[in-house]
Amino acid sequence: MLSFFSGWSWKMAWRDARSNKKRLFIYISAIIIGVAAQVAITSFRDSLNETINNQSKELLGADLEVETEQPFPDTLRSYFDELGGEQATITEFPSMALFPKGGQTRLSNIRALKGNFPFYGTLETDPVSALQQFKTDTSPSALVDQTLMTQFNLSVGDSIKVGQVTLPISGAVTKVPGETAAASMIGPRIFIPHSMLDSTKLVQQGSRIEYKRYFKFEDDREIAPIESKLDSLEESLAMDIDIETIEERQEELGEAVGNLGKFLNLVGFIALLLGGIGVASSIHVYINQKISTASVLRCFGASSNQTMSIFLIQAIVLGFLGALVGTLMGVGIQYLLPTLVSDFLPVDIELTISWLAIGLGLFTGTGVALVFALLPLLALRKASPLYALRTLEESITQLLSQKVKWTTYGLIALTVFGYATLLTESWRAGGLFTLGMITAFGLLLLTAQLLMKTVKRYFPSHWTYVWRQGLANLYRPHNQTATLMLSLGLGMLLVSTLYFSQDMLMEELDFATRDDAPNLIFFDIQSDQNEGLNNLLEEQDLPILQNVPMVTMRLDSLRGRSIEAVDEDTTTEVRGWALRREYRSTYRDSLIDSETLLEGEWVGTADPSEGPVPVSAAQEIAEDLQLEIGDSLTFDVQGVPISAYVGSIRKVDFQRVQPNFFMLFPTGVLEAAPQIFVTITRTADAQGSARAQQAVVQEYPNVSAIDVSRILETINQFVNKISLAIQFMALFSIITGLIVLGSSVATSRFQRVKESVLLRTIGASRKQIIQILAVEYLFLGVLSALTGLILSVGAAWLLGYFYFDITFVPNGWVIVGGTVLVTALTILIGMINSRSILNKTPIEVLRAETT
Amino acid sequence: MGTNPILEVTDITQQFRSGDQKLTVLDQINFSVEKGTTCAIVGPSGSGKTTLLGLCAGLDRPTEGQISLNQIDLGPLTEDQRAQVRNEHVGFVFQTFQLVPTLTALENVMVPLELRGTNPKEVEQDARELLNEVGLGDRLQHYPSQLSGGEQQRVAIARAFINRPKILFADEPTGNLDSETGHTIEELLFDLNRISGTTLVLVTHDHSLADQCQRIIHLKNGRIHSDEWNEQSETKAINQ
Repeated sequence: MLSFFSGWSWKMAWRDARSNKKRLFIYISAIIIGVAAQVAITSFRDSLNETINNQSKELLGADLEVETEQPFPDTLRSYFDELGGEQATITEFPSMALFPKGGQTRLSNIRALKGNFPFYGTLETDPVSALQQFKTDTSPSALVDQTLMTQFNLSVGDSIKVGQVTLPISGAVTKVPGETAAASMIGPRIFIPHSMLDSTKLVQQGSRIEYKRYFKFEDDREIAPIESKLDSLEESLAMDIDIETIEERQEELGEAVGNLGKFLNLVGFIALLLGGIGVASSIHVYINQKISTASVLRCFGASSNQTMSIFLIQAIVLGFLGALVGTLMGVGIQYLLPTLVSDFLPVDIELTISWLAIGLGLFTGTGVALVFALLPLLALRKASPLYALRTLEESITQLLSQKVKWTTYGLIALTVFGYATLLTESWRAGGLFTLGMITAFGLLLLTAQLLMKTVKRYFPSHWTYVWRQGLANLYRPHNQTATLMLSLGLGMLLVSTLYFSQDMLMEELDFATRDDAPNLIFFDIQSDQNEGLNNLLEEQDLPILQNVPMVTMRLDSLRGRSIEAVDEDTTTEVRGWALRREYRSTYRDSLIDSETLLEGEWVGTADPSEGPVPVSAAQEIAEDLQLEIGDSLTFDVQGVPISAYVGSIRKVDFQRVQPNFFMLFPTGVLEAAPQIFVTITRTADAQGSARAQQAVVQEYPNVSAIDVSRILETINQFVNKISLAIQFMALFSIITGLIVLGSSVATSRFQRVKESVLLRTIGASRKQIIQILAVEYLFLGVLSALTGLILSVGAAWLLGYFYFDITFVPNGWVIVGGTVLVTALTILIGMINSRSILNKTPIEVLRAETT
Repeated sequence: MGTNPILEVTDITQQFRSGDQKLTVLDQINFSVEKGTTCAIVGPSGSGKTTLLGLCAGLDRPTEGQISLNQIDLGPLTEDQRAQVRNEHVGFVFQTFQLVPTLTALENVMVPLELRGTNPKEVEQDARELLNEVGLGDRLQHYPSQLSGGEQQRVAIARAFINRPKILFADEPTGNLDSETGHTIEELLFDLNRISGTTLVLVTHDHSLADQCQRIIHLKNGRIHSDEWNEQSETKAINQ
């Protein structure tokens, strides 16, 4: 390719470009947004990784964290003493918090703190002095999550009641090192002094408590030997000991950030691909207009490589300029991203300029522009000098052999695959992405063509000329209808699939608003509180929809083998988590309406003294434990072994708002075991719910309540925040689609000008021309929107069927709204770009546009 | 046949395939053109004039037969080698002027020599002089769209002569011009032919233009119908 480097080629490229700079830039502008998305995400990812590395110690707040579900046994305590260093303890559990000032209650995450945690980073409070006050043990106080303070309009000095203890609030917790803001949405954090823990009387049978010990070592000691020692203690003490080190936390977080980044990068890459298609389409039209120039140059002795080089240089230089603009934009957009995702980040991100992202942006932008422009450029080599004498009527790419065409398509697919693999660091993911894109593009084109054929076929022939001409315009030679339907349709497909999925999930979760559905759940009710609590609810005219006993137990053996033996046996496919988990089971004499018997026989009563008792396993756990009817099981019910066998397997509708159980026992077995109760009721409104919670917490502070509508609200907030980030990325595709639309209109303006001028010459009014153009864009908008929507309904249905197990019913308003919006935008952009055609006289336009 | 031919066309046949049909556009054409002469190719539409011109200039390959230009056999040459031959020996003037719309008049004229890699200063000097000669000394920096049809064709003529071609091919050079402007262009073409001794081969419908040539080849249905010498008033019957 020596001609690429020859001065003449560059000189000609410049001369040819200088009078169409604006026009050429429009051709390439489609890649700007895609590059911007790439650079923004990559740069943000880089900054985030850098931040995680810089703040690694703050992520854990200590050098080591040891966590158990039971109080530390003496052996462990003495090992902690042996380890030395600085230590802190947090005992963490969920419980209701009551705020006496307004009587509000909320299920919160209570943390009893002893010691100087966090050792790294700071527990941020408002006012700042609150932390110091909290740590001086002389007058105990509590730190309350900012979200609670705001929600219940609390101020410093107000009281909080946790269990039996009432404490003054010394300040609001604004940030806990290593934790995301989103964590407070799930369980608002309340810190109390460890010395007050016993007085709360919340640590009792059945409570789910995490005991955490934090260490800070002044010496740079190795953590690995400590880990292995703790592992051996885990074995000998027969208890779960979880260890978390800075490296692990950093790794977990890095992985999470990496996955999110990869996903967003791919979404952004789609925008870049769309841009590539826009470039291909524009360059195609442009090169078609350059055939006579190329042929004349060939007549005067330019070689095929020389003529191609002129336009190759233009494509590369303009691609680079487009990439440069996109890169600059991306660096700017990076600063918007933290506000979108900050709630999910456990660190305060320090944004930096990532040279990697900038390099990548410039390289991929230029590369995409080049690869997608390749086909018409290669075809230009085939342009014979003879076309200076005779005009080439067909499209220039018709000159290429099928072999060259498919090789070029292959090269494009390979580029996409290569880049997707680079982004996801997995050739499998890259391959799936490429295949997915090819399928999506294929389906979009197919749907678009089917729609167009249908419209053409069934279009009423008696409609006015304006309508018929507008429709016919979609089929003009060298039309870009397919490109536009592809780019707008894909943007629409992405955004509406996201929207439909979110809508579908929220609809499914919207159980609290159903008339008869339970919406308030009380749990952790002790045996001696059960009756009193039920009476309390009845006094408030609340129905007891369910009152279920729960017994915690663990599996001891399966089919006669100890669970350790089964777990270590690599030949079985029994899932480890199902072996080791704590089972919360109930007992009843009958199945309820959310349960259906699948296999075996349900036995309602049993007597353990007469041999193993028949239990019913839910289908899911039966699969994970590979259970069959008759398999023997031994449960350890808080120290008492109970022999059982699988009497039946049943299907359970886990989506109901009620306690559902993996293992269901018959009556006559567990009645004497220590148990807690769950009570389910329904309140008419939020006030009723608050009243009931308040009454229960006043009387039974250890009982926790879940307000289903609040959970739903939380999930809604969560999903909204996540989908905002994804929609932000999908927006790039929509914007790219609109830019492609704008550039396509600009590119094909010459054709439109000729048509309009011809029509005006033979007597069409300005109004008629406007109408014809509007009808053309109307068709384009409606058909693209429908193409995207049809496919997204299909995609959402598939997602619902295979992934969420929900039957998807499309929301008609979304379809109508989406179509109207996309169509309106298409007409608007189309008309704005065409206005110069309308405002000038035919001769003015012809003179200007033929240059 | 003359003794000093610049263009020799031997047994040229050109066929196109249209579906299953073979279409013979030129059938067994033989003639040669001597250095410095002027030759018009005339004939009705579809008689193969432009196809013949394209073949003579090496813009296309014949189905059969041989063409040599300035003693160079075009047959074995690659596309790019023929481009080089055109660059060194051939000039073109087209009916639709075919100026590059994005280049100024001056730059359009410079293209053939720039392609050769000649010193840019010299090229520009030559181009300015030629544009002066065709009367466009004050239009150097104008783009084609800013010039009239006659002016555009004059730029095209200047471009055709800048590489001092041994032979100039013109395809209906006055076809798109009014008779007065057309006349000016004709004069320019023949003047330059006389002054520089360039051979002129032109395709035309215009009898008055053809009549000014020393020789008129008449094509009909892809064959040479007649080949007449005008100046010497001698008529040569061609055995086909």
